[in-house]
Amino acid sequence: MIELKNVQKKYGRREALNDITLTIPQGKIIGLVGANGSGKTTLLKLTAGLLTPSGGSATYGGRSITRKIATHIAYMPDVDLFYPYFTVQELFNFYDSQFEDFDLTKAKEIAHFLDIQLTSKIKNLSKGNRGRVKFAATLGREATYYLLDEPFSGLDPMVRDDISKGLIQFTDTERQTILMSTHELKEVEPLLDEIVVLKEGSLIAYEAVDEIRDTHGMDATSWMMSLFRKG
Amino acid sequence: MSIDFLPDKPIYQQLIERITGDIIRGTFTPGEKLPSVRDYAVQAGVNANTMQRVYKELEQMKITETRRGQGSFVTEDIAAIAALRTEMKEQLVKSFIQNVEELGFSAGEMVDYLQERRESI
Repeated sequence: MIELKNVQKKYGRREALNDITLTIPQGKIIGLVGANGSGKTTLLKLTAGLLTPSGGSATYGGRSITRKIATHIAYMPDVDLFYPYFTVQELFNFYDSQFEDFDLTKAKEIAHFLDIQLTSKIKNLSKGNRGRVKFAATLGREATYYLLDEPFSGLDPMVRDDISKGLIQFTDTERQTILMSTHELKEVEPLLDEIVVLKEGSLIAYEAVDEIRDTHGMDATSWMMSLFRKG
Repeated sequence: MSIDFLPDKPIYQQLIERITGDIIRGTFTPGEKLPSVRDYAVQAGVNANTMQRVYKELEQMKITETRRGQGSFVTEDIAAIAALRTEMKEQLVKSFIQNVEELGFSAGEMVDYLQERRESI
């Protein structure tokens, strides 16, 4: 279980996150939503151990989150991060050498599911296919938590659909958790158990999707809009 | 392809209606094995936890049964499926009557018109 307690993060004098307290359970797919600059990426990076909080604590299984526990937490940034001269196979080999929990067979299976040739050079791939490769490499790890920063952004609907299906196919929702930031809430909602809403660095809501529809009688997007309008 | 869901109802409820609809229609026949939770989830583009809940509720409604290690099957209890069919009919008629009354049509007028439509088909 990941626990954030009164987490604060400042960049210089600017406060990116303000007093965030949040428990992220195992076995859920959680959407992280909020306007640009609301602190989504900072929250993901803190949870991945890539940033340290300026105040409060971030723990995994009771221990402070550092780069070392990256073995349980797989983080996928929203930028291209690969050596362009690698083939997909070479990239997977590289991941295999870096991450103890990387499962080469699983990564290849995901690549196959997403119709990616292992012999393709990354620099020759389209943006959509680079998105697919990045996803296969991340999900190829057998982590407990997957933190995905905008996994769908800038990709065409076909790639988004493939990646959604890969997500359902290749994660075990009994023990693995996915926390992903997204601007495509409408499209992503059927994938989600829960939604975390950030506004200007503060957590303003954390609810189950079924609850939102049951008690408010509206979908997640309308609910989120109503939260922002309340101010 | 992924399913488009209505905004005002929980997704698991819409999936239950979809599967019961398939059973009434005969797309799924009595005793037929349903896809696994994960296969159905991938096909529908929904979270596997949501699908798990759908299968559990269908089982509680006694519309399906789970056989250990084999998966979920549509019930072979024809009476249960007939009851489901009647219930669905009742629901349709109820909402039809509600709509019709809201617009001020009389029951007699609608019955006559339905009869007329049927003859013209």
